Amino acid sequence: MVSLSAYLGVGALLFAIAVIGIFLNRKNLIVLLMAIELMLLAVNTNFIAFSRFLGDLHGQVFVFFILTVAAAESAIGLAIMVALFRSVNTINVDELDSLKG
Amino acid sequence: METQSVLFVVFSACALLAGLRVITARNPVHAVLFLVLAFFSSACLWMQLQAEFLAIVLILVYVGAVMVLFLFVVMMLDINIDRSRAGFWRHLPAALLVAIAIALQLWLVLSHGSWQTLSAGPSLRGGNTAALGHLVFTEYLLPLQVAGAILLVAIVAAIALTLRQRKDARHQSPAQQVAVRRSDRLTVVQMPSEPGPARADRTVEVSKNG
Repeated sequence: MVSLSAYLGVGALLFAIAVIGIFLNRKNLIVLLMAIELMLLAVNTNFIAFSRFLGDLHGQVFVFFILTVAAAESAIGLAIMVALFRSVNTINVDELDSLKG
Repeated sequence: METQSVLFVVFSACALLAGLRVITARNPVHAVLFLVLAFFSSACLWMQLQAEFLAIVLILVYVGAVMVLFLFVVMMLDINIDRSRAGFWRHLPAALLVAIAIALQLWLVLSHGSWQTLSAGPSLRGGNTAALGHLVFTEYLLPLQVAGAILLVAIVAAIALTLRQRKDARHQSPAQQVAVRRSDRLTVVQMPSEPGPARADRTVEVSKNG
Protein backbone atom coordinates (compact mmCIF):
# COMPACT_ATOMS: atom_id res chain seq x y z
CA MET A 1 0.00 0.00 0.00
CA VAL A 2 1.40 3.39 -0.99
CA SER A 3 1.61 5.75 1.96
CA LEU A 4 0.21 9.26 2.13
CA SER A 5 3.71 10.72 2.38
CA ALA A 6 4.62 9.31 -1.02
CA TYR A 7 1.74 11.13 -2.70
CA LEU A 8 2.52 14.33 -0.81
CA GLY A 9 6.17 14.01 -1.86
CA VAL A 10 5.18 13.75 -5.52
CA GLY A 11 3.00 16.85 -5.11
CA ALA A 12 5.82 18.78 -3.45
CA LEU A 13 8.34 17.82 -6.17
CA LEU A 14 5.90 18.77 -8.92
CA PHE A 15 5.33 22.14 -7.24
CA ALA A 16 9.09 22.72 -6.94
CA ILE A 17 9.55 21.87 -10.63
CA ALA A 18 6.88 24.41 -11.52
CA VAL A 19 8.64 27.06 -9.40
CA ILE A 20 11.90 26.38 -11.25
CA GLY A 21 9.98 26.68 -14.50
CA ILE A 22 8.67 30.12 -13.57
CA PHE A 23 12.23 31.25 -12.85
CA LEU A 24 13.71 29.80 -16.05
CA ASN A 25 11.00 30.88 -18.48
CA ARG A 26 10.67 34.46 -17.37
CA LYS A 27 10.38 35.70 -20.93
CA ASN A 28 7.95 33.19 -22.37
CA LEU A 29 4.38 33.97 -21.35
CA ILE A 30 2.97 30.66 -22.59
CA VAL A 31 5.36 28.51 -20.58
CA LEU A 32 4.67 30.69 -17.54
CA LEU A 33 0.97 29.86 -17.85
CA MET A 34 1.85 26.18 -18.23
CA ALA A 35 4.00 26.29 -15.08
CA ILE A 36 1.00 27.70 -13.21
CA GLU A 37 -1.12 24.80 -14.49
CA LEU A 38 1.56 22.42 -13.21
CA MET A 39 1.43 24.07 -9.76
CA LEU A 40 -2.35 23.69 -9.63
CA LEU A 41 -1.95 20.03 -10.59
CA ALA A 42 0.47 19.46 -7.70
CA VAL A 43 -1.90 21.16 -5.25
CA ASN A 44 -4.83 19.12 -6.52
CA THR A 45 -2.85 15.91 -6.07
CA ASN A 46 -2.24 16.87 -2.43
CA PHE A 47 -5.94 17.60 -1.93
CA ILE A 48 -6.99 14.26 -3.37
CA ALA A 49 -4.39 12.32 -1.39
CA PHE A 50 -5.56 13.90 1.87
CA SER A 51 -9.18 13.37 0.88
CA ARG A 52 -8.53 9.66 0.36
CA PHE A 53 -6.49 9.08 3.49
CA LEU A 54 -8.73 11.12 5.79
CA GLY A 55 -11.85 9.60 4.26
CA ASP A 56 -13.30 13.07 3.71
CA LEU A 57 -14.92 13.79 0.37
CA HIS A 58 -14.91 17.57 0.79
CA GLY A 59 -11.33 17.70 -0.46
CA GLN A 60 -12.44 16.32 -3.80
CA VAL A 61 -15.20 18.91 -4.05
CA PHE A 62 -12.54 21.54 -3.54
CA VAL A 63 -10.46 20.05 -6.36
CA PHE A 64 -13.57 20.21 -8.54
CA PHE A 65 -13.89 23.94 -7.95
CA ILE A 66 -10.15 24.52 -8.39
CA LEU A 67 -10.36 22.84 -11.80
CA THR A 68 -13.29 25.08 -12.76
CA VAL A 69 -11.56 28.29 -11.77
CA ALA A 70 -8.26 27.20 -13.34
CA ALA A 71 -9.99 26.49 -16.64
CA ALA A 72 -11.59 29.95 -16.59
CA GLU A 73 -8.26 31.51 -15.68
CA SER A 74 -6.32 29.87 -18.49
CA ALA A 75 -9.03 30.71 -21.02
CA ILE A 76 -8.93 34.39 -20.07
CA GLY A 77 -5.12 34.34 -19.90
CA LEU A 78 -4.84 32.93 -23.40
CA ALA A 79 -7.40 35.43 -24.70
CA ILE A 80 -5.39 38.30 -23.21
CA MET A 81 -2.26 36.83 -24.78
CA VAL A 82 -3.87 36.66 -28.21
CA ALA A 83 -5.13 40.25 -27.92
CA LEU A 84 -1.66 41.32 -26.78
CA PHE A 85 0.04 39.56 -29.69
CA ARG A 86 -2.32 41.28 -32.13
CA SER A 87 -1.56 44.73 -30.84
CA VAL A 88 2.20 44.61 -30.12
CA ASN A 89 3.17 41.55 -32.18
CA THR A 90 5.18 39.95 -29.39
CA ILE A 91 4.57 38.06 -26.15
CA ASN A 92 8.10 38.45 -24.94
CA VAL A 93 7.76 39.63 -21.35
CA ASP A 94 10.81 41.90 -21.64
CA GLU A 95 9.22 43.92 -24.42
CA LEU A 96 5.89 44.43 -22.66
CA ASP A 97 7.07 47.53 -20.83
CA SER A 98 4.78 50.21 -22.19
CA LEU A 99 3.49 50.92 -18.68
CA LYS A 100 7.10 51.60 -17.57
CA GLY A 101 6.52 49.71 -14.34
CA MET B 1 6.72 -4.81 -4.34
CA GLU B 2 3.05 -5.17 -4.93
CA THR B 3 1.39 -4.00 -8.11
CA GLN B 4 0.04 -0.77 -6.67
CA SER B 5 3.46 0.41 -5.54
CA VAL B 6 4.96 -0.39 -8.94
CA LEU B 7 2.19 1.53 -10.68
CA PHE B 8 2.64 4.45 -8.30
CA VAL B 9 6.37 4.63 -9.01
CA VAL B 10 5.83 4.43 -12.77
CA PHE B 11 3.10 7.08 -12.88
CA SER B 12 4.79 9.50 -10.51
CA ALA B 13 8.10 9.17 -12.39
CA CYS B 14 6.23 9.87 -15.63
CA ALA B 15 4.55 12.93 -14.12
CA LEU B 16 7.79 14.35 -12.71
CA LEU B 17 9.85 13.76 -15.86
CA ALA B 18 7.09 15.25 -18.01
CA GLY B 19 6.96 18.25 -15.66
CA LEU B 20 10.71 18.71 -16.03
CA ARG B 21 10.43 18.59 -19.80
CA VAL B 22 7.55 21.09 -19.74
CA ILE B 23 9.77 23.74 -18.25
CA THR B 24 12.90 22.92 -20.28
CA ALA B 25 11.49 22.07 -23.71
CA ARG B 26 12.78 24.36 -26.41
CA ASN B 27 9.70 24.23 -28.55
CA PRO B 28 6.46 25.42 -26.86
CA VAL B 29 4.47 22.77 -28.75
CA HIS B 30 6.60 20.06 -27.16
CA ALA B 31 6.08 21.73 -23.78
CA VAL B 32 2.30 21.54 -24.23
CA LEU B 33 2.50 17.88 -25.24
CA PHE B 34 4.63 17.06 -22.20
CA LEU B 35 2.10 18.90 -20.05
CA VAL B 36 -0.55 16.59 -21.50
CA LEU B 37 1.60 13.62 -20.47
CA ALA B 38 1.94 15.07 -16.96
CA PHE B 39 -1.83 15.46 -16.74
CA PHE B 40 -2.38 11.89 -17.91
CA SER B 41 0.07 10.48 -15.36
CA SER B 42 -1.51 12.54 -12.60
CA ALA B 43 -4.95 11.33 -13.66
CA CYS B 44 -3.66 7.78 -13.23
CA LEU B 45 -2.36 8.70 -9.76
CA TRP B 46 -5.76 10.16 -8.89
CA MET B 47 -7.38 6.98 -10.16
CA GLN B 48 -5.16 5.05 -7.72
CA LEU B 49 -6.45 7.33 -4.97
CA GLN B 50 -9.98 6.27 -5.98
CA ALA B 51 -10.95 9.70 -7.28
CA GLU B 52 -12.30 8.30 -10.54
CA PHE B 53 -14.60 11.19 -11.33
CA LEU B 54 -11.92 13.83 -10.95
CA ALA B 55 -9.43 11.75 -12.94
CA ILE B 56 -11.88 11.52 -15.82
CA VAL B 57 -12.70 15.23 -15.50
CA LEU B 58 -8.99 16.04 -15.59
CA ILE B 59 -8.58 14.15 -18.84
CA LEU B 60 -11.82 15.33 -20.46
CA VAL B 61 -11.71 18.97 -19.42
CA TYR B 62 -8.01 19.62 -19.11
CA VAL B 63 -6.48 17.48 -21.81
CA GLY B 64 -9.55 17.67 -24.02
CA ALA B 65 -10.27 21.38 -23.80
CA VAL B 66 -7.70 23.51 -22.01
CA MET B 67 -4.62 21.83 -23.47
CA VAL B 68 -6.13 21.93 -26.95
CA LEU B 69 -6.71 25.64 -26.40
CA PHE B 70 -3.06 26.02 -25.37
CA LEU B 71 -1.89 24.10 -28.42
CA PHE B 72 -4.12 26.20 -30.65
CA VAL B 73 -2.75 29.46 -29.27
CA VAL B 74 0.87 28.23 -29.40
CA MET B 75 0.47 27.27 -33.03
CA MET B 76 -1.42 30.42 -33.95
CA LEU B 77 1.10 32.86 -32.49
CA ASP B 78 4.36 33.26 -34.32
CA ILE B 79 6.81 33.11 -31.44
CA ASN B 80 10.46 33.89 -31.77
CA ILE B 81 11.97 31.00 -29.81
CA ASP B 82 15.57 32.19 -29.82
CA ARG B 83 14.72 35.54 -28.32
CA SER B 84 12.61 34.06 -25.54
CA ARG B 85 15.33 31.51 -24.79
CA ALA B 86 18.05 34.11 -24.39
CA GLY B 87 19.60 33.92 -20.92
CA PHE B 88 17.59 30.80 -20.15
CA TRP B 89 20.02 29.21 -17.69
CA ARG B 90 21.17 32.46 -16.13
CA HIS B 91 18.68 32.33 -13.29
CA LEU B 92 19.09 28.60 -12.63
CA PRO B 93 21.00 29.08 -9.33
CA ALA B 94 18.30 31.34 -7.88
CA ALA B 95 15.60 29.01 -9.18
CA LEU B 96 17.28 25.96 -7.65
CA LEU B 97 17.73 27.79 -4.36
CA VAL B 98 14.05 28.75 -4.14
CA ALA B 99 12.84 25.35 -5.33
CA ILE B 100 15.06 23.46 -2.88
CA ALA B 101 13.91 25.75 -0.08
CA ILE B 102 10.26 25.09 -0.96
CA ALA B 103 10.79 21.34 -1.30
CA LEU B 104 12.72 21.24 1.97
CA GLN B 105 10.05 23.16 3.85
CA LEU B 106 7.32 20.97 2.44
CA TRP B 107 9.30 17.86 3.34
CA LEU B 108 9.87 19.14 6.91
CA VAL B 109 6.14 19.62 7.33
CA LEU B 110 5.20 16.40 5.61
CA SER B 111 7.64 14.21 7.50
CA HIS B 112 6.63 15.39 10.96
CA GLY B 113 2.89 15.56 10.59
CA SER B 114 0.49 13.51 12.63
CA TRP B 115 -0.81 11.84 9.47
CA GLN B 116 2.16 9.51 9.12
CA THR B 117 0.15 6.69 10.59
CA LEU B 118 -2.94 7.28 8.46
CA SER B 119 -3.93 4.49 6.18
CA ALA B 120 -6.55 4.58 3.49
CA GLY B 121 -9.98 3.63 4.68
CA PRO B 122 -12.35 1.30 2.92
CA SER B 123 -13.36 2.42 -0.54
CA LEU B 124 -16.77 3.96 -1.04
CA ARG B 125 -19.61 1.72 -2.08
CA GLY B 126 -20.71 2.44 -5.63
CA GLY B 127 -17.71 4.60 -6.49
CA ASN B 128 -17.12 8.19 -5.58
CA THR B 129 -19.01 9.81 -8.46
CA ALA B 130 -22.39 9.35 -6.81
CA ALA B 131 -21.09 10.49 -3.42
CA LEU B 132 -19.42 13.53 -4.97
CA GLY B 133 -22.55 14.41 -6.91
CA HIS B 134 -24.65 14.12 -3.77
CA LEU B 135 -22.29 16.46 -1.94
CA VAL B 136 -22.06 18.97 -4.79
CA PHE B 137 -25.81 19.23 -5.28
CA THR B 138 -26.75 19.53 -1.63
CA GLU B 139 -24.09 21.06 0.57
CA TYR B 140 -22.19 22.87 -2.20
CA LEU B 141 -25.14 24.01 -4.29
CA LEU B 142 -24.43 27.73 -4.00
CA PRO B 143 -20.69 27.36 -4.77
CA LEU B 144 -21.67 25.26 -7.77
CA GLN B 145 -23.89 28.06 -9.08
CA VAL B 146 -21.10 30.57 -8.47
CA ALA B 147 -18.69 28.33 -10.39
CA GLY B 148 -21.15 28.28 -13.28
CA ALA B 149 -21.35 32.07 -13.19
CA ILE B 150 -17.54 32.25 -13.21
CA LEU B 151 -17.41 30.07 -16.29
CA LEU B 152 -20.03 32.26 -17.99
CA VAL B 153 -18.02 35.39 -17.17
CA ALA B 154 -14.91 33.67 -18.52
CA ILE B 155 -16.66 32.85 -21.80
CA VAL B 156 -17.92 36.41 -22.21
CA ALA B 157 -14.53 37.87 -21.31
CA ALA B 158 -12.58 35.59 -23.65
CA ILE B 159 -14.90 36.33 -26.56
CA ALA B 160 -14.99 40.06 -25.87
CA LEU B 161 -11.19 40.17 -25.71
CA THR B 162 -10.57 38.39 -28.96
CA LEU B 163 -13.56 39.42 -31.06
CA ARG B 164 -12.72 41.89 -33.75
CA GLN B 165 -14.68 43.12 -36.72
CA ARG B 166 -13.52 43.38 -40.27
CA LYS B 167 -12.87 46.94 -41.27
CA ASP B 168 -14.73 46.60 -44.57
CA ALA B 169 -17.75 44.83 -43.12
CA ARG B 170 -21.09 46.59 -43.61
CA HIS B 171 -23.61 46.37 -40.84
CA GLN B 172 -26.58 48.20 -39.42
CA SER B 173 -26.33 50.48 -36.45
CA PRO B 174 -29.51 49.90 -34.43
CA ALA B 175 -28.73 52.79 -32.09
CA GLN B 176 -28.62 55.21 -34.98
CA GLN B 177 -31.75 53.69 -36.45
CA VAL B 178 -33.67 54.14 -33.23
CA ALA B 179 -32.40 57.66 -32.63
CA VAL B 180 -33.43 58.94 -36.04
CA ARG B 181 -35.74 61.96 -36.14
CA ARG B 182 -38.51 62.68 -38.59
CA SER B 183 -36.73 65.73 -39.95
CA ASP B 184 -33.75 63.58 -41.04
CA ARG B 185 -35.82 61.46 -43.36
CA LEU B 186 -38.96 63.38 -44.36
CA THR B 187 -39.27 66.82 -45.91
CA VAL B 188 -42.65 68.35 -46.58
CA VAL B 189 -42.60 70.45 -49.70
CA GLN B 190 -45.07 73.26 -50.11
CA MET B 191 -46.41 73.42 -53.62
CA PRO B 192 -49.55 74.72 -55.20
CA SER B 193 -52.27 72.21 -55.89
CA GLU B 194 -53.41 71.44 -59.44
CA PRO B 195 -56.31 73.49 -60.83
CA GLY B 196 -59.85 72.13 -60.41
CA PRO B 197 -61.02 70.76 -63.84
CA ALA B 198 -58.25 68.18 -64.20
CA ARG B 199 -59.25 66.68 -60.93
CA ALA B 200 -62.91 66.54 -61.86
CA ASP B 201 -61.98 64.67 -65.07
CA ARG B 202 -60.05 62.08 -63.16
CA THR B 203 -62.93 61.31 -60.84
CA VAL B 204 -65.19 60.87 -63.83
CA GLU B 205 -62.68 58.47 -65.38
CA VAL B 206 -62.50 56.43 -62.21
CA SER B 207 -66.25 56.15 -61.99
CA LYS B 208 -66.38 55.09 -65.63
CA ASN B 209 -63.90 52.32 -65.03
CA GLY B 210 -65.80 51.17 -61.95
